[in-house]
Amino acid sequence: MYQILEYAGMVVTTIGVIFLFLGGLGVLRMPDVYTRMQAGTKATTLGAVGAIVGVGMMHPEWFFKTSIIALFILLSNPISSHALARGSYKIGIKVWQKKKIDAYEDALKKVKKEEEAV
Amino acid sequence: MIYAFFGVAIAGLILAAIRFAIGPTVPDRLVALDTMTTITTAFLVLLGFFFERYIYIDVALIYGVLGFVGVLTMARYFEGGL
Amino acid sequence: MDYMSIIVIILAVLLILAAFFVIRSKDLVAAVVASAVVSLISSIYFYILQAPDVALTEAAIGVALTTIFFMITIRKTRRDEE
Repeated sequence: MYQILEYAGMVVTTIGVIFLFLGGLGVLRMPDVYTRMQAGTKATTLGAVGAIVGVGMMHPEWFFKTSIIALFILLSNPISSHALARGSYKIGIKVWQKKKIDAYEDALKKVKKEEEAV
Repeated sequence: MIYAFFGVAIAGLILAAIRFAIGPTVPDRLVALDTMTTITTAFLVLLGFFFERYIYIDVALIYGVLGFVGVLTMARYFEGGL
Repeated sequence: MDYMSIIVIILAVLLILAAFFVIRSKDLVAAVVASAVVSLISSIYFYILQAPDVALTEAAIGVALTTIFFMITIRKTRRDEE
């Protein structure tokens, strides 16, 4: 039983570590701040959760604490990414490729129009 | 096997550090810092598995809890708050 | 050469480059971000040298507290160095 759990943890850890590497590669290769943020947050969140839960599966008596770490990463990583995206839009970092789709700007215009109507 | 995990995680850390070095604006560097913090958390857990010490996991727990506070402060500074 | 010492040498190079960036940067906000990177890598160092309590303190202070204090100070003074 423990042998099966150890092999499964090794597979999960391998997948997680590969996603950590892909997150670093995406941060290096992507063209602007927002796409870099997407690579550096989503991929590394999946990678870190995979690696940490995989270690917890390889050592079953550590599983409680490692799952707490994974839960905190799962909660706190989107918060920082969201705040950073808002802040970098506020100081005027341009979106790549001539603003083909910029939904946040449309939402800001809509909010401003509603405030003027009131 | 655990050495291969270390090598791949360190490679991701180095790629994020290159983006940190060449990133033209400050938000690029902040994204690189956020990525490096998450990779470091996973790397510390792997190191704790390598050293076979249960108490070493606490450092990764601190990174998981407090790692986003610095980036959040920077984002508040950019928005004009703080 | 041992595998662990290769990791230590790579981390040492990253640490020295980040510290050099802190000294040479004209933008103080970028310097604060780079000092967070220095704290991160030195925390991994304390961890490898089997001092998890020091690594715990370095993580809590270097990532969260130093960044908040420096950002409040930069908000109350100037951002660019002459």
